Amino acid sequence: MSVKTKTISEKEGPHAALPRTAHVRSGRPVHVPAGTTRVVAALLRKELLVELRTLESVPGMSLFAVTTFVVFHFALNQSSVSGDEAAGILWVTLLFAAMLGVNRLFVADEDQGGFDAFLLAPVDRSAMLLAKALALLAYLLVLELVAVPAFGLLLLGPSLGQALPDLLVVLVLADVGIAVIGTLVAALAVRTRARDLLGPLLALPLLVPVVIGGARATSPLFGLNHADSPPARWLLTLGLYDLVFGLIAYAVFDFLLED
Amino acid sequence: MILIATALPKNSNDGYVAAAYIVFFVLLLIYVAIMSVRLSRTERAVRKLREDAVERSETPGQTRERETV
Amino acid sequence: MYGRGLRTLSIATVAVMGIALGLVFFYAPLEAEEGFLQKIFYIHVPLAIVTLCGFVIGGLLAIQHLRTREQRWDMRSYVAIHMSLIFAVGTLITGSIWARGSWGHWWVWSEPTLVSFLIVFLLYATYQPLRFAIEDPERQARYASVFAIVAGAFVPLNFLAVRLSTEYLHPRVLGSASNLPAKMQLTFLVSLLGIALLYATLCKYELTAKHTRKLLKARSKILGFR
Repeated sequence: MSVKTKTISEKEGPHAALPRTAHVRSGRPVHVPAGTTRVVAALLRKELLVELRTLESVPGMSLFAVTTFVVFHFALNQSSVSGDEAAGILWVTLLFAAMLGVNRLFVADEDQGGFDAFLLAPVDRSAMLLAKALALLAYLLVLELVAVPAFGLLLLGPSLGQALPDLLVVLVLADVGIAVIGTLVAALAVRTRARDLLGPLLALPLLVPVVIGGARATSPLFGLNHADSPPARWLLTLGLYDLVFGLIAYAVFDFLLED
Repeated sequence: MILIATALPKNSNDGYVAAAYIVFFVLLLIYVAIMSVRLSRTERAVRKLREDAVERSETPGQTRERETV
Repeated sequence: MYGRGLRTLSIATVAVMGIALGLVFFYAPLEAEEGFLQKIFYIHVPLAIVTLCGFVIGGLLAIQHLRTREQRWDMRSYVAIHMSLIFAVGTLITGSIWARGSWGHWWVWSEPTLVSFLIVFLLYATYQPLRFAIEDPERQARYASVFAIVAGAFVPLNFLAVRLSTEYLHPRVLGSASNLPAKMQLTFLVSLLGIALLYATLCKYELTAKHTRKLLKARSKILGFR
């Protein structure tokens, strides 16, 4: 008996990762288990394709960030900011924009049965964590592609130029932390009644160390006179945070998907 | 005791120390009070349950709709 | 089953706390810089330590729940976290009073313990809303355990991050427990023991009450539908 690979609506389901059944000489089908990497790749591809087609997260997040910069201009009554202030504005805006993405991360799966389909597939459940976290990471990077230049244009006093490479490092380190926690919290919150509220409420305290590390690390980059390099200890803090919560999320995610 | 504590001038440090310890004990008292209210409610429920059980065993032929606690 | 030893524990708690109070006000010497105000140290810091340990223990109990799937571990985890939350309120209030006494402000950002406590409190304040937003009891317990584990790991990390970020412009108000003269150390340890015993007693009390209510409900259900 051959296994028909069923797709769920127009989206490619995780079944795409399952190899077709091979037929041994005797004619009996042999199932080859799918490696986790293939599953993650397939899921990630699905996520990114859906996002590209529906454009429901990233444009909203980016627009929110740019609008927030405008709001900050009026709220602070300043035309240009530097140093601690600049770092603070940038990180708060990025964080809240990320919350928008987190809120939407699992909504489609929950509402359209994607969870059930995934659970039926004989694959390692942490693959979903990896795929969703990588997708969220991608959204965050695209967000920053829009938000950081906008910030440089609208609010930042000193020029972005020389700060850019160091800034990229800090952003990536922090984004990994936001992606991990965001995915975990999104999975927790999506099955509850007050999902839009609970997500940010859970995520924001958990992400305070990321804000601390990110802001303290970028503040010297936005120095008024010249850009200093970020202090190593904050890069280490961010890295440690990413490592610890990455491991914990990996260990704990299975329990969220059991039903 | 609380009146004394609030009557002390705020400059004196005695007021603060007293306030801190009092706050702690007040919190504790509130907790104990809540627990005792719950306990009396549970005791009432146990009593009612016992009464119902005794009634039930004394009138064996009757089936009765019982409200669960 | 749960209530065994509760009376002994309560008596021990009251005794130790009584001794601690006596030590604090009659035995421990006055501190050089802060004078009488420093006495708050003996209630605030033990509360803080027990609270943080309580949160971490809540996480460990949650791990046990996920491993064994026995509901009693979830109940213990819930009680530990709930009690720690109450103790956290006590920590924040006593810390704030101390700050007001020392610096004239009801809140200071320069004290890392207080600040990281605020963050931890805000995080764990979502624990109960999270639980009550999930109706299915098995899933509620499971999700709560996941949260408890993540949050439990978060507590030390957060403490570290906040500690690193605090600019030590002025000396730490609330001080550390390390280099204390012997008399103060003894007083501190006894106070710590007292608060720890209080935590254990209240948790045990809460567990016993919950368990009893559950038994009661189960039995009245059986009786009602017999």
